[in-house]
Amino acid sequence: MKTIVLRQGRVIDPVQGMDTVTDLWLAEGKILGVGAQGRSADIVLDCRGLIVCPGLIDMHVHLREPGREEDETIATGTAAAIAGGITSVACMPNTEPALDSRSAAEFVVLQARRAGNCNVFPVGAVTKNREGKELAELGGLVEGGAVAFSDDGAPVSSAEIMRRALEYCRMLDKAVLVHAEVLELTQGGVMNEGAVSVQLGLRGMPAVAEEIMIFRDILLAELTGGRIHILHVSTAGGVELIRYGQRRGVQVTGEACPHHFLLTDEAMRSFDGNYKMSPPLRTARDVAAIIEGLKDGTLSVLATDHAPHAPEKKEREIDQAPNGIIGLETFLPLCITYLIEPGHLSWPQMLAKMTLNPARVLGIDRGTLLPGRPADVTVIDPQLRWTIDKREFKSKSRNTPFDGWPVVGRAVATIVGGDIKMCHLA
Amino acid sequence: MTPDIPGCASPERSMADASDSLHHLLGLEGLSAAVLTRLLDRAEQYLGVGVGDVPKRTELQGKVVVNLFYEPSTRTRMSFALAARRLGADVLDFSPAGSSTAKGESFIDTAKNIEAMGVDVMVVRHSSPGAPHILTRHLRPHVHVINAGDGAHEHPTQALLDLFTIRRRRGCIAGLTVGLIGDIAHSRVARSNIHALKALGAHVIVCGPTTLIPPQVAEWGVEIAHNLDAILPRCDVLNLLRIQFERQRGGLFPSIREYRLLFGMDGARMRKAKPDVLLLAPGPINRGVEITPEVADGPNSAILDQVTYGLAVRMAVLVEVCRSATACSVPDSVKTTHQR
Repeated sequence: MKTIVLRQGRVIDPVQGMDTVTDLWLAEGKILGVGAQGRSADIVLDCRGLIVCPGLIDMHVHLREPGREEDETIATGTAAAIAGGITSVACMPNTEPALDSRSAAEFVVLQARRAGNCNVFPVGAVTKNREGKELAELGGLVEGGAVAFSDDGAPVSSAEIMRRALEYCRMLDKAVLVHAEVLELTQGGVMNEGAVSVQLGLRGMPAVAEEIMIFRDILLAELTGGRIHILHVSTAGGVELIRYGQRRGVQVTGEACPHHFLLTDEAMRSFDGNYKMSPPLRTARDVAAIIEGLKDGTLSVLATDHAPHAPEKKEREIDQAPNGIIGLETFLPLCITYLIEPGHLSWPQMLAKMTLNPARVLGIDRGTLLPGRPADVTVIDPQLRWTIDKREFKSKSRNTPFDGWPVVGRAVATIVGGDIKMCHLA
Repeated sequence: MTPDIPGCASPERSMADASDSLHHLLGLEGLSAAVLTRLLDRAEQYLGVGVGDVPKRTELQGKVVVNLFYEPSTRTRMSFALAARRLGADVLDFSPAGSSTAKGESFIDTAKNIEAMGVDVMVVRHSSPGAPHILTRHLRPHVHVINAGDGAHEHPTQALLDLFTIRRRRGCIAGLTVGLIGDIAHSRVARSNIHALKALGAHVIVCGPTTLIPPQVAEWGVEIAHNLDAILPRCDVLNLLRIQFERQRGGLFPSIREYRLLFGMDGARMRKAKPDVLLLAPGPINRGVEITPEVADGPNSAILDQVTYGLAVRMAVLVEVCRSATACSVPDSVKTTHQR
C-alpha cells in the first residue's frame, strides 16, 4: 500500500488534543504520524488552508439492505457516506429480515466489503425480529460484527426485557442505542403535538412520549450498570433528563441530528413529507435546548439518522408518507454552517462529536489519528461556499428538505484504510 | 342599515378586482374580512339560481369541474356538482371505489391523469390534512383546487355557508357570540369557522369535553368552556359539531350517554338559551347524540337552510377561483418554511 502525506493542513485530533498545522503521514493503511517522518511519499496531497481530521463516523444510518433495496443499498449508502466525508457508519437493524442473528450481521459486513466504500459496523437487534419479546442472540451478533444493539423505531416496550438486555450487554461491553418513544402515546402521530399540529389538524406526537422512555431507560441503566445511548434527542426535556442521568453517574450518552437543531414543526405547514420524521421536528425552544446540550457536552454525538425513502413513498398524503430524512451528504456542511459559523462549537468540539465520541460509544478503534490506527482521514475545506443540490447525491433516495440551502464547508477528500476514496484536491 | 364594520355586507367592498381573486381555496385561515365578505356578497347573487323559473347561469360555461372525493360525502359532493352545473360547467365525479385507486394508484397519480383530460377545477375531499395543498404542487398552474374537507384541517365552503346562514338570519356577524359545541379536536368545520368568525369580528366560544378541545386553540383568541349550560345564555348562534367517530382514536369520552348528558342539545337546554338562538349543524347529524330530533326540526334550527345556502356559496367560490388571473401564486400555507 502506498505512503500518503497530507501536507500542511490544520490537523485536528480531539483524542490527542491536537490542533496544529503540520504534515500527516499514512502508510500500509495505518496512521504513521505527524511531522517529519524521514521517508518519501508516493502521494502528496496539498492540504494548505484545509482541515485534516480523523475520518468522520456517523453512528446512526439506515442502509435498508436487505429488504428495501428500492430505497438504498449498502453500496449506494456507503457511496453517499464517502461523498459526505464519512469513513465509518453504524447501520441500524430495521432491515427485512431484521439484523437479529450472526448471519444477518455477517451479510452486512460482506456486502460492505464488496462495495468497498466506507467501513460499515452493524448494529444488532436487541430482540428477535425486533418484536420486543425475547432477546436476540446478542453474543452471536457480536461474533458477526455487531458493535451495539437497538430495536430502533420499534423500541423495547417492556421494561423487563430492556432491563435484561442492559444486564446482558454489560457482559458484552456493548451499548444499547435507544430510540425513545412510548408507542401508545404516538399512535397515528404525524408531527410534534403542539399549536401547529392542532392548527393543521394533524395527529400529534407529544414530547413526553420521548421523555418518558428516556427517563425509564436512564433509570434502568442505573439499576443494571448498563450503558445506553439516546438516539436523535429532539426535546428540551430529553436533554435535561440526560444531563440529570450523567450527573448521577449513569452511563448515558446523547445524540443530536442536524434536522432537530435546524428546523421546527412550523415547517409542517407545507404538508411536505420531507419534513416528516420520528422523532418529529419540535419547537424553537427544543432547538435552543439541543444546541445548548451540544455546547455543554450533554449531547456528545452528532449523527444523521440517514433514513432513505424512494420518492413514490414520500410524495404522498402527509399522514401516509413514511418517517425519515436522508443526511449523509448534508451532515458535515450543515453542522459547519449552523454549529461552527455561529460560534456554538469550536472545530475540535464539533469534530469530537463526529469522531472520537461515537467511536467510544461503539467501542471501535477509529476516530483518531494516533499512530498505528487505521488510516481513516477526512479533509475538509472549511471556507467553501456552495449550495446543496439533491440531484448530485450518491444516495438512492432524495428525501431531504435541505435541497437548495446555501452552506459553507465541505469534505474534499475521504481516505478509508489508506485508500483515497474521494478527492477533490488540486 | 348595515353598519360599517367587518363582516357586514357593503356594496363598495364587494366590487373586487379579478386580479386579486383567489386562485385556489385551500382554507379560510389567513383570509381577510374583505375577501370573506366578497365571497358572501357574491353568494347572495346566486341564491335560487337554477331553481324553479330562475334560469341557470353561464359563468363557468366550457369549464370542467371534477369532484375528487376520497371520503364519503352526501351534501358537499352533490352541492358542488349542482353548483357547477347551474353555472354551466361540465362535471366529472370521482370516487375511489371502482376506480384505479382500488388497483393501487396513488392520489397524486390519479389527479394528474384526470388533469390530463383537460380540467379547470378540482374539488378535493380527502381524509389527509393537506392533501389539496400537496395537489397544487403537482398540477399545472392553471388548475384551481378547492378544498372540500381535508381530514381534521379545514372545510372552507362549509364554514362559508355557516357564515352566510348566520348573516342572512342575523344581518351581521361582527359582535355576535358563536358557540361551537362538541368535538373541536377532530373537526375541520370548527377550524374553518374559527378562522373566519374571528376575521369577521365574532366572539367564539368552543365548548366540549376537555379530551376533545386541545388547549392550544386558546391561541386563536377563542374562549374555551366545558360547561354548556353556563354558556348557553350568552350565545347568539350554536353550531353543533358532529362527534367524529371515524377520526377518533377511541377512549376520548366514557360513553355516548354521558356525552349526550353533558353536551347534547335538547328541549331543556333550549329553554336556557336565548329565545332567538340560531342552531346550526354541519351534518350529517347523529340524531339523539349532539341534538334531539325536536330541536333539530324546531323553529330555531337552520340546518336545512344551510344546505340550500351551500349551493349559492359554492357557486360563488367556483366563480371566484375561475376569475383569478391564470398565473398561479403559491399560497402562503404551501410555501416551505424553515427556520433561517
